[in-house]
Amino acid sequence: MLISKIKNAGAGLLAAVLLGASGTANADWGMNLPKGATVISHDVYDLHMMVIWICVVIGIGVFGAIFISVLMHRKSKGAVAAQFHESTTVEIIWTIVPFVILVGMAIPASKVLIAESDTANSDLTVKVTGYQWKWHYDYPSEGISFFSTLSTPTDEIYNDAPKDKHYLREVDHPLVLPIHKKIRFLITANDVIHAWWVPAFAIQADAIPGYEHVVWTEIEKPGIYRGQCAMICGRGHAFMPIVVVAKTDADFKKWVAEQKAGTATAAVAETAAVAKTWTKDELVAKGKQVYDANCAACHQPTGSGVPGTFPPIAAGKPFSASAAMMQHLTERGFLKDGKIVMGPVKHHIETVLKGIPGTAMPAWGPQLSDVDIASVITYERNAFGNHTGDVVQPSEVKAAR
Amino acid sequence: MSTAITHDEAHHEDHRPSGILRWVTTTNHKDIGTLYLVFSLIMLFVGGIMALMIRAELFEPGLQFMDPVFFNSLVTMHGLVMIFGAIMPGFVGLANWQIPMMVGAPDMALPRMNNWSFWLLPFAFALLLSTFFMKGGAPAGGWTMYPPLILQTGDAFPFLVFAVHLMGISSVMGAINIIATILNMRAPTMSLMKMPMFVWTWLITAFLLIAVMPVLAGAVTMLLTDKYFGTSFFNAAGGGDPVLFQHIFWFFGHPEVYIMILPAFGIISEIIPTFSRKPLFGYSSMVYATASIAFLSFIVWGHHMFTVGMPLAGLLFFMYSTMLIAVPTGVKVFNWTATMWRGSLSFETPMLFAVAFVVLFTIGGFSGLMLAIVPADFQYHNTYFVVAHFHYVLVTGAMFAIVAAVYYWLPKWTGRMYDETLGKWHFWLSTIFVNVLYFPMHFLGLAGMPRRIPDYALQFTGFNQVATIGAFGFGFSQLLFVYIVYKAAHSGEKATDRVWEGAHGLEWTLPSPAPYHSFSTAPTVE
Ligand code: HEM
Ligand SMILES: [Cu+2]
Repeated sequence: MLISKIKNAGAGLLAAVLLGASGTANADWGMNLPKGATVISHDVYDLHMMVIWICVVIGIGVFGAIFISVLMHRKSKGAVAAQFHESTTVEIIWTIVPFVILVGMAIPASKVLIAESDTANSDLTVKVTGYQWKWHYDYPSEGISFFSTLSTPTDEIYNDAPKDKHYLREVDHPLVLPIHKKIRFLITANDVIHAWWVPAFAIQADAIPGYEHVVWTEIEKPGIYRGQCAMICGRGHAFMPIVVVAKTDADFKKWVAEQKAGTATAAVAETAAVAKTWTKDELVAKGKQVYDANCAACHQPTGSGVPGTFPPIAAGKPFSASAAMMQHLTERGFLKDGKIVMGPVKHHIETVLKGIPGTAMPAWGPQLSDVDIASVITYERNAFGNHTGDVVQPSEVKAAR
Repeated sequence: MSTAITHDEAHHEDHRPSGILRWVTTTNHKDIGTLYLVFSLIMLFVGGIMALMIRAELFEPGLQFMDPVFFNSLVTMHGLVMIFGAIMPGFVGLANWQIPMMVGAPDMALPRMNNWSFWLLPFAFALLLSTFFMKGGAPAGGWTMYPPLILQTGDAFPFLVFAVHLMGISSVMGAINIIATILNMRAPTMSLMKMPMFVWTWLITAFLLIAVMPVLAGAVTMLLTDKYFGTSFFNAAGGGDPVLFQHIFWFFGHPEVYIMILPAFGIISEIIPTFSRKPLFGYSSMVYATASIAFLSFIVWGHHMFTVGMPLAGLLFFMYSTMLIAVPTGVKVFNWTATMWRGSLSFETPMLFAVAFVVLFTIGGFSGLMLAIVPADFQYHNTYFVVAHFHYVLVTGAMFAIVAAVYYWLPKWTGRMYDETLGKWHFWLSTIFVNVLYFPMHFLGLAGMPRRIPDYALQFTGFNQVATIGAFGFGFSQLLFVYIVYKAAHSGEKATDRVWEGAHGLEWTLPSPAPYHSFSTAPTVE
């Protein structure tokens, strides 16, 4: 009875493993590489399965032999040890045969690799830049560029709200690409090394400051493809997903047109917004959004910071950290007697625009607009128990750039 | 076969201080071996606690127990502690105990240096572990220490670099000592091709250590000057190259992984013949396979960097050279299998761990082969698949071998047997839980979960929970090991000199426990 139960369970497990290996497993217990959405990703999948099966066959041979010895050649069963201990023929055989098998694996692998390396003749170029901790996408010939940031609310991350189906794999602005076009990616990074990885395209490319890493893809069908940064890059490493929306060429063209129109109106609106005088409430409301999307990862949603690493925004909190950081904070007037204070507005703007070299505080100047920076500074100076009443106008930020 | 000395003969030079000073001042290979092994065990638990904290955080999606920065520190420190604190000192401890006894020498060739190479380690790790209490926290850029990220480390940074330097100096001195002992102090009748496999593998490992530890020291020194002295070796903005660090690091790093497995190969090659009651199959091919693995280990480093954007020729070269390593590795596995084949096997605890090693290490070899296929590695790289790979080779490989070796030689060291029933319990608990822990990681990686993340998308929940359960099971099972060793040392049954029916080799001709100075006159090897 028990034995048959165990047998059944074993068979079930084996079936699950085999099913998993053929890619039909339940999504929540995904066990195998996705087949992906490009010709290359299919080739990679086939390579992967080929090597797995070769390993399974060799494994059955070797583990089978061990198993037989363990079962049959035991002393307790009266086995008497043979004394053979050498055979040049056998050694030569089990050197040559694996070598030949390896050559058999290397040939198709090289073919796929050569195909993957051919980045010439592309239809579209997208520049991808990794930041701590978001992606920036730039379509140079279309004149479109934007940041793509995690859109999962902090509440979900801290278990204060139920998690969405696409928890940690959702962004505010996905990368949009056309299908059936050869797309060339130029991948680089702004601060530390990241890696741009979309399993459905079988692309994992390190994004390295000072390097332009070229890879390509050609997507076969419309859809949403998700991935994430694959190279440890600091605190937000788990929180910089990649979402790609693949569209038919016609839809893609439409999207490009919309974006261009959008960018044009946005530019006009931005100029107007910078020129305009904002009220404190407007700035604070906008500033909260900017803060939550960009600053909360380190300085925390409550502005409390992380001891020793990320300074609090809330004045009055004690803080001590590495010498470089302490020196900067003190010089800028943000630290007195071991406690955070609200330093002068001028230095606040400068710190946000230029960052703190040698620490994880990036320069936000290139990433955020004047309105964003003005509003986030206003927010910081009037939230978390800070009551400076200061209002920073976008025009001041513009002047400080 | 050989002449063993009696305890009395050794006794007259057996004057040593007692108490703590004995351990601080000792130059005796057995004392130092014990120090290394105890240190390694402590580090195993220190690193193990970090691992359990990591697994606890990963039991569920969301941030539960810690800030991601601390999580990253745990990942980094776990790697450094296990590699440099647990596995490497574990093997050096075994070398200290066994090599003089196995080559028929009284002690190591350079006993004072031996003392110093050990005593650097507690200081190195005190420095390293103290960084947890520093401003900015412990290093959090991964054990691979890639710039520019690692340059964002706070006050801990110079401590990290200095700790790595100390570990490196310790390893190089240990290696020099081992080479000197093996080459100069062998019994005159023991030719190189009569040396036990454990001695052979350590000889080759020691050369690897001398070759690559200075390379690591150079790499971290360049990091140090980049951070504090205005150089730009790795800083793109200053004309440097962040990828240069990776080349230097992995030129050290790949031989390093073989440093952690070759002595294990040696151990397994001692244990399997003993309990198969049959000589090792293909001794000379084992020696050549070890040597060729050591050579190949210097020309495969690029396989850790397939995704940096190397030229096609580089990718192809590193793919082929990496696949080649599978050949001598396969020869080893086949030879162990052939040794068991038609033997007369018994399954005492060392043998159980050795057989598990062969099977589970081979699984790690298979995933290694898969990782060598560059287009597929673009999918596996930096995922849990890699985590599964290196834990199969390092935990069920290196660590299982060390545990097997301790069970195997403990009766010789203490003169007492361990409790066989408890040993078997330890084996089965470890082997079952270790697979519950690491096997699902293959699936997680293939399904797309990157390594070194404190929080993950919902589809990874199931296997993460399984892995965490395995981790706690495996971790707690190791407490049993401590108890077994403690009990054996204090109240085990008396061991015979030969201990194991099928044991051959000089160490078994000595009395149990082995005398303080191993062989004062050189034994004869047949
Ligand atoms: C058949 C033999 C082996 C092959 C072909 C092989 C291949 C590889 C490859 C290609 C990688 C890089 C994967 C990636 O990052 O994408 C890798 C990683 C690794 N391997 Fe192996 N390997 C083998 C045996 C071993 C052994 C014996 C050890 C150690 C005892 C080992 C330890 C490691 C470690 C620690 C890493 C990961 C390092 C890191 O990124 O932190 N491997 N292996
Ligand atoms: Cu390697």
